[in-house]
Amino acid sequence: MTKTMIVATFGVALAASVAGASAGTLDDVKAKGFIQCGVSQGLAGFSQPDSAGNWAGLDVDFCRSIAAAIFNDTSKVKFTPLSAKERFTALQSGEIDVLSRNTTWTMSRDTKQGKFAGVMYYDGQGFMVRKSLGITSAKQLGGASVCTNTGTTTELNLADWFRTQKLDYKVVSFEKSEEVVKAYDAGRCDVLTTDASGLYAERLKLTKPDEHIVLPEIISKEPLGPMVRQGDDAWFNVVKWTYFALLSAEEAGVTKANVDEMKAKSENPDIKRLLGKDGSFGTDIGLTNDWAYQIVKLMGNYGELFEKNVGETSPLKISRGINALWSKGGLQYAPPIR
Amino acid sequence: MAEDHRSADEAPRVPWYNDPIWRGYVFQGLTLIVVAGIAWTIVHNTAVNLEKRHIAQGFGFLSTTAGFDLAQESISFPKDASYGRALLVGLVNTVIVAVAGIVFATIVGFLVGVGRLSHNFVISRLCTGYVELLRNIPLLLQIFFWYFAVLGVLPSPRDSIQPVPGWVFLNNRGLYLPEFRFGGFAGDGIFYGLIFGLVVSWFVRRWASKRQMETGQPFPAGWTSVALIVGLPLVLFAASGFDLTLVAPKKSVFNLSGGIQIIPELMALVLAISLYTASFIAEVVRAGILAVSHGQTEAARSLGLSHGQTLRLVVIPQAMRVIIPPLTNQYLNLTKNSSLAVAIAYPDLVSVGGIVLNQSGQAIEVIAIWMAIYLGTSVATAMIMNAYNRRMAIVER
Ligand SMILES: N[C@@H](CCC(=O)N[C@@H](CS)C(=O)NCC(=O)O)C(=O)O
Repeated sequence: MTKTMIVATFGVALAASVAGASAGTLDDVKAKGFIQCGVSQGLAGFSQPDSAGNWAGLDVDFCRSIAAAIFNDTSKVKFTPLSAKERFTALQSGEIDVLSRNTTWTMSRDTKQGKFAGVMYYDGQGFMVRKSLGITSAKQLGGASVCTNTGTTTELNLADWFRTQKLDYKVVSFEKSEEVVKAYDAGRCDVLTTDASGLYAERLKLTKPDEHIVLPEIISKEPLGPMVRQGDDAWFNVVKWTYFALLSAEEAGVTKANVDEMKAKSENPDIKRLLGKDGSFGTDIGLTNDWAYQIVKLMGNYGELFEKNVGETSPLKISRGINALWSKGGLQYAPPIR
Repeated sequence: MAEDHRSADEAPRVPWYNDPIWRGYVFQGLTLIVVAGIAWTIVHNTAVNLEKRHIAQGFGFLSTTAGFDLAQESISFPKDASYGRALLVGLVNTVIVAVAGIVFATIVGFLVGVGRLSHNFVISRLCTGYVELLRNIPLLLQIFFWYFAVLGVLPSPRDSIQPVPGWVFLNNRGLYLPEFRFGGFAGDGIFYGLIFGLVVSWFVRRWASKRQMETGQPFPAGWTSVALIVGLPLVLFAASGFDLTLVAPKKSVFNLSGGIQIIPELMALVLAISLYTASFIAEVVRAGILAVSHGQTEAARSLGLSHGQTLRLVVIPQAMRVIIPPLTNQYLNLTKNSSLAVAIAYPDLVSVGGIVLNQSGQAIEVIAIWMAIYLGTSVATAMIMNAYNRRMAIVER
């Protein structure tokens, strides 16, 4: 909590004062043999420890994909759970190598706090209320008490939205999501607001999930993606192209199941470059040439990760919507590998 | 003290570099240079590297628009208020918790501390149990306990408890009280009457104790003060024709609007923090009273002082000398512990600072502000306490 933050901040000061001594993050990661990955403190579908204590979720799988690309081994990741408030300090101080924690890409974060390497999930902010209130639109929320997280874009959008709607509201903002959910469940607030994906995940934690509904309004753009430190291009490239490799594999129809066959037989030039049979794209970014093959072989493509963690077959039952590939009417788009 | 008769030229001659005084200066000077050098390197390096990472520095961000709202805005916090203003709201909220906590903790602590010394078996056992229980449970747990107990017990706004029907409401959004709106000069009159009453009482007390020293005649300074402090504002209020309107909270769709709202986070925090600190204060008080030897009481009684006078004039002043320094410590602890507010959404200085830090990215600046404020309070308290101690310490003759 606060103590971690203070430690982390001194970390920033100290790390900042000794930086230059350390090589790039990619070399560091290779030397220490694992990736330190910052995730949430528990958000179903994105990053949450399962009953055996293993981290699972879309954001978690992204970090495992980087490990597959670098180490050919998805277990070479250590996870650091972070609250929304702690995350950027943890990244800047070097406590983590990559922040993969439903973090919204905004201009100030992208220019002052770090760099975004992609958008794992296109989201938007929504509201959840009790069915018993009989409310059907967010425009009826004037005077309501709203529970949310501190240190998020959520609390800023909330203030903006109620202002532009000329409605009154009372905010109650907690540092930890766990507390937000508990307080909302206990009746402290009429409304719970966060990223829509988060609402579906948090609803599962309520005592009676069926007694709550998500209102139709989406009040913001929340492109959630992985973030790295500024000024480290080699590492930025690895993280960014891991994401693009996941998308390219889906677009080319390469899956966890058929990747070996594709690698052996495919004559498609796109697939040959992706899987490292043509060119030196992998070695050029400091990895082995079969980096993308390893990602798909060990983890799957973007669509597979989406389905497994948040899709229709998961407890969250989220449809692809705008997160479909561009070729299928969505926004997910990877530049060509060449 | 014996005088040193040796004159200067009789002193054994030592080369200057062996002279302890010179050596002292040289080594202290060197240490200073090294420390300053290290400090400079850290500051300079940090600045250079922050710049490399495009992290802006300086306190300019304090005037940037904050863009978020706070659960308790004790001073006005308009839509376009700045980060600096947000921190100020946080500071005021911290002061509110600290003051309310100190008042309650002191009252409960004194009662329990005296209770532990009671001859009544049940009372003394109850008080011992209180101290042992509360002292040994981590404060954070107690805060959560009270918060969710408060939330769990209180009804929703629709079925508020109404201790004074139509005026006071209690529900899981907090305690709603009517707002006092003074008209005409009533507000000013009460305020200045109170101040004037306080000042005059102080002079009356001084005069009374001086007179008692000189003539032995006691003067009821206590009652006079009460009369002044309560009476003056009352008279002025009456003169304004009791110009006061009460604005009651009204039910609206979700919550109540109007009136004054005390949020459950504040209630839980003050409750938890004062009951916890009271358990320490109780021990301080008990120790203070036990420190006054029984002989003092016996001596006072044999001089003919009544039981009340013995307590007031002999036992308590001596006990206070023992009680006050550790008591101040407890007050400081309470103030610092109030930063646990962050766990239950009470927007105190640390919690708001955390938001500012996160939204602006100015970590080092925000931490510097935190440290300056908390250090400042601690140092100020310590200085006041030392001054008090010097005055109260037994003067040896
Ligand atoms: N996307 C927003 C909000 C992110 C956020 O922290 N959301 C909360 C509520 S869904 C969360 O992730 N909680 C999980 C946790 O704290 O572990 C941002 O980047 O500021």
